Amino acid sequence: MNNQTKKELAVAALQNGIVIDHIPCSSLFKVVNILGLESIEKGITIGNNLDSRSMGKKGLIKIADVELPKEILNRIAVIAPNAVINIIKDFEVVEKHKVELPENLIDIVKCNNPKCISNNEPMRTQFHCIDKNVSAFRCHYCERIVSTENVVLK
Amino acid sequence: MQNRNLISISDLAKEEILALLKRAQQFEKNPNQNILDGKVVGSLFFEPSTRTRLSFETAVNRLGGRVIGFSDASTSSQSKGESLKDTIMMVANYADLIVMRHPLEGAARYASEISKVPIINAGDGSNQHPTQTMLDLYTIYQTQGTLDNLTITMVGDLKYGRTVHSLLEAMRFFNPRFKFVACNELKMPQQYKEFCKKLGIEYEETADFSEQIINQTDILYMTRVQRERFSDLMEYERVKNVYTLTASMLKGCKPNLRVLHPLPRVTEIAQDVDDTPQAYYFEQALNGLYTREAILCRALGL
Repeated sequence: MNNQTKKELAVAALQNGIVIDHIPCSSLFKVVNILGLESIEKGITIGNNLDSRSMGKKGLIKIADVELPKEILNRIAVIAPNAVINIIKDFEVVEKHKVELPENLIDIVKCNNPKCISNNEPMRTQFHCIDKNVSAFRCHYCERIVSTENVVLK
Repeated sequence: MQNRNLISISDLAKEEILALLKRAQQFEKNPNQNILDGKVVGSLFFEPSTRTRLSFETAVNRLGGRVIGFSDASTSSQSKGESLKDTIMMVANYADLIVMRHPLEGAARYASEISKVPIINAGDGSNQHPTQTMLDLYTIYQTQGTLDNLTITMVGDLKYGRTVHSLLEAMRFFNPRFKFVACNELKMPQQYKEFCKKLGIEYEETADFSEQIINQTDILYMTRVQRERFSDLMEYERVKNVYTLTASMLKGCKPNLRVLHPLPRVTEIAQDVDDTPQAYYFEQALNGLYTREAILCRALGL
């Protein structure tokens, strides 16, 4: 088997479902967590450290026979801002778009401020996106600003 | 129902700020009015703050209301491990309104989401203290006759001082000019300078607390430089003395200049300033009563 065929096998075609491409390798398993993929009982292929022309190495997830709403998929923009969503129907890509940072992040990210109430009470966290270009969030409670590099998932 | 909470100064629109100031003016003329007759106010101080608590409780009493609560978390069931949520749910059953101070940031915002009665934030850690900002605004208005087009010089701890940050945010409606006077360690954070730039607010930054700066100023807002902010105590001793205001520095100032300070002051304003016509920090503290009376009435829609 030559290298080309191997590569093709690594990204084998999906009949119906979602392909999430261009995930930074270090974020791949966090993306799995955010999307709650462990509770999905359909076929899921997870690939990491795959060769990528634009990123060097990348992570990739394929979920068969599942539709996820945009709001859910956009959550991963917090840690994979350049991820691309491909919607597949009958082996064809019928929709392709980059994830978009949501206005509000509910219970996804943990606040970095130890003195924030959200780290001291059994409660949901909430962040508001203040600048989509620089990916910064303001904690709804303590009003501190967190940038994507410093994000800690809940 | 209109949102009657007061959690963060940035929640208030310009019109709401002006309406509160107008209301406070009425209370300055007559602080004793029976508006809160029959109302019970929960005063929950999870950390001690004598000045703010007494000011709020005086305001309630002068408006004919009653106060329940605690002045220290050790006397509440928080010391038994009760969550903030449970304390708020319980007190909201008894009181018509809750005034709260809490050491954790965001506590008041969270309380406002679970409480069925309005919440007034009397300080949440180093985050917000909107009633202090309102009394600062009221004092500026009272001494200058306007909030518009003023030069405000902030001196001391501009990095950690939440009062200067909130005042800066609240002044955005009134075309101010700022002068930030602080040592390198305690400079105004980038975030607030960006805020000014974005809104086209003029500001100047300097480490030099000079008479030249004072002479261009309408409001001189002094803050306390706290020893615990410094890793190097030698540096603290130096800075402490550099940012001290003395009466002689006010010789060439504008006649309308007033010196404000959120108090408590330590060494940053020399005692001899107290006797100058520019000293206004004790009156400023008294204004806390009038503005809190206005804020209590707004919270209850009265």
